Amino acid sequence: MTLMPLLTATNLTRHYTVSGGLFKPKVVVRALDGVSFELPAGRTLAVVGESGCGKSTLARQITMIETPTAGEFWLDGIEMTRADKLQRKMARPLVQMVFQNPFASLNPRKRIGTMLEEPLLINTPLTAGEREDQARAMMARVGLRPEHYRRFPHMFSGGQRQRVAVARALMLNPKIVVADEPVSALDVSIQAQVLNLLMDLQDELGVAYLFISHNLAVVEHIAHDVLVMYLGKVVESGTKEALFATPRHPYTRALLASTPSLDPAQRRTKNRPQGRTLVPDQPAPRLRVPQALPALASQVRRRSPALANLRRATSSLPSRRRAGIARFTLTPPEPLGMIRRCSHSSSAA
Amino acid sequence: MAQTTPGGAPLLEVRNLKVEFPTRRGTLVAVDDVSFAIAPGEVLGVVGESGAGKSLTGAAIIGLLEPPGRIAAGQVLLEGARIDNLPPEAMRKIRGRKIGAIFQDPLTSLNPLYSVGRQLIETMQTHLDISAGAAKQRAIELLQSTGIQAAQQRIEHYPHQFSGGMRQRVVIALALAAEPKLIIADEPTTALDVSIQAQIIALLKKLCREHRTAVMLVTHDMGVIAETADRVAVMYAGRIVEIGPVADVIHRPEHPYTVGLMGSIPSLVTETERLAQIDGAMPRLNAIPAGCAFNPRCTRVFERCRSERPNLIPVNTTQAACWLHAR
Repeated sequence: MTLMPLLTATNLTRHYTVSGGLFKPKVVVRALDGVSFELPAGRTLAVVGESGCGKSTLARQITMIETPTAGEFWLDGIEMTRADKLQRKMARPLVQMVFQNPFASLNPRKRIGTMLEEPLLINTPLTAGEREDQARAMMARVGLRPEHYRRFPHMFSGGQRQRVAVARALMLNPKIVVADEPVSALDVSIQAQVLNLLMDLQDELGVAYLFISHNLAVVEHIAHDVLVMYLGKVVESGTKEALFATPRHPYTRALLASTPSLDPAQRRTKNRPQGRTLVPDQPAPRLRVPQALPALASQVRRRSPALANLRRATSSLPSRRRAGIARFTLTPPEPLGMIRRCSHSSSAA
Repeated sequence: MAQTTPGGAPLLEVRNLKVEFPTRRGTLVAVDDVSFAIAPGEVLGVVGESGAGKSLTGAAIIGLLEPPGRIAAGQVLLEGARIDNLPPEAMRKIRGRKIGAIFQDPLTSLNPLYSVGRQLIETMQTHLDISAGAAKQRAIELLQSTGIQAAQQRIEHYPHQFSGGMRQRVVIALALAAEPKLIIADEPTTALDVSIQAQIIALLKKLCREHRTAVMLVTHDMGVIAETADRVAVMYAGRIVEIGPVADVIHRPEHPYTVGLMGSIPSLVTETERLAQIDGAMPRLNAIPAGCAFNPRCTRVFERCRSERPNLIPVNTTQAACWLHAR
């Protein structure tokens, strides 16, 4: 790869300091703990994980709603954490966001047309007539009818509202759209409409998506690359094909095993993750996986053949720091380097 | 007509249930002519989009319709006896004793001011002739059977001390406390992560198998249904449009709505370039079209669909409310 990807994040970290209670010391919540990835133009990178894993925190850093505590990310050739105010202002239109719930993300007192034109009004010198033309063109593109221009959000169904939200995100011709669970609030038949729309728009406009979801089936449908997060860290990343065909990390396997199959003949008896997702307030890296996945952890302890092989594969790597992704500690401390390497070799193949 | 179910006499029978809401602008019919039966030990899945009437059907069965909603017609029979016309006091005795309920959000179905043990014991003592000591012992066993570790200590804890998945287990334990014959589970796993969801589903299935409890599982998630249910009823705009064994409905759907619904779900197993989408949205209750309610979105619509409303017609192993099968 010689071309610089559109978005590169290196070791992106966001910690929150929260009160532990009256008279108690403050606690640091490591919501995002050293996440690295690349998003090339026109591709879809899906971020999956359970609630509390830091997916939405990641979205808030990339959209520049918050500033990372540490790490850096490059957007279109500019390092944003060190950029000055003007550079950030210039970069903001490049990244736009679609939120989960279109019933909450649209202002009920504004007409659709007004909402679509607002980004243009703020960011461009276009005249009122030009703004309306662009808004109407975008409405046609996302499948809204011309008469919707003067309507209010309450007159629309969930799917149509999400179309409005997508249209609004695209008004400034962004290069990246961060979509945080864009279909999980919608009914399945409507989900399909919105997913198809997002994919069509990518073909037409070449926009890249950072697609955040907990639904692996949806991710498998829309993504090119996948990042699996757990407790603020990336536990596995790779192309969609590689990751779904041969998941390397036990957590990814457990997630896949948890996803209900649509085939009643294939009801699961496989290993399900036990326990709960931990809240990343106390750094207890060695306990992370074992607590959440006791069955898998005991496998690791018993040195099951599969994992023992993986460990051997890992040991040839120089160091985990070079592998680029932060440590995710199973009993052996370096499964990640191995994962990184595997995903690279499989994407090259 | 309620059809017979595999496994003997039905435990619950719903006949031509109609739920309506009188409003200033006329009466809205939210559930219309719904009939089905559930046998002991059977899991009936009820799927549909929001507003299809699936939750209201569940609420009508346990007598928890919120006014002004009311049962306008039809009957609900539990073990052959009508329960839809019972006075509130009598219904209260059935609720909990014979029918347990699990709702979507476990936080709102538990009382935050009482320890979970107290809530379990209270439920048992209300419905069963049991001493306080025995009730406590049983409460601990129940919590253990739902997979809560260190139940002995946990019983003293309050709902806020449990995580979402653990809370839902407490709610399940609570629903099972008086050994009901039927459990109505309304979106029991929707608020939970997939890994927790898988555990809860496994738990429900195990309990169902061990206690021969019948379950009416209301959800919008076809995956959960495929994992859990024996039969499935698909609802659309207040009516059942298709009902049958789960494998048949999923693999060979007969109603165009079910066909579209199945096509629009991304699956981990089969790869599709583009999801089949059903254009449009479900009609609002005040604007249900004449004839078949699905006709404006249906790709195979013909003249009869726009004028006459189809009832369930047997097709192979399932029943579908569609004129395509009327020949």
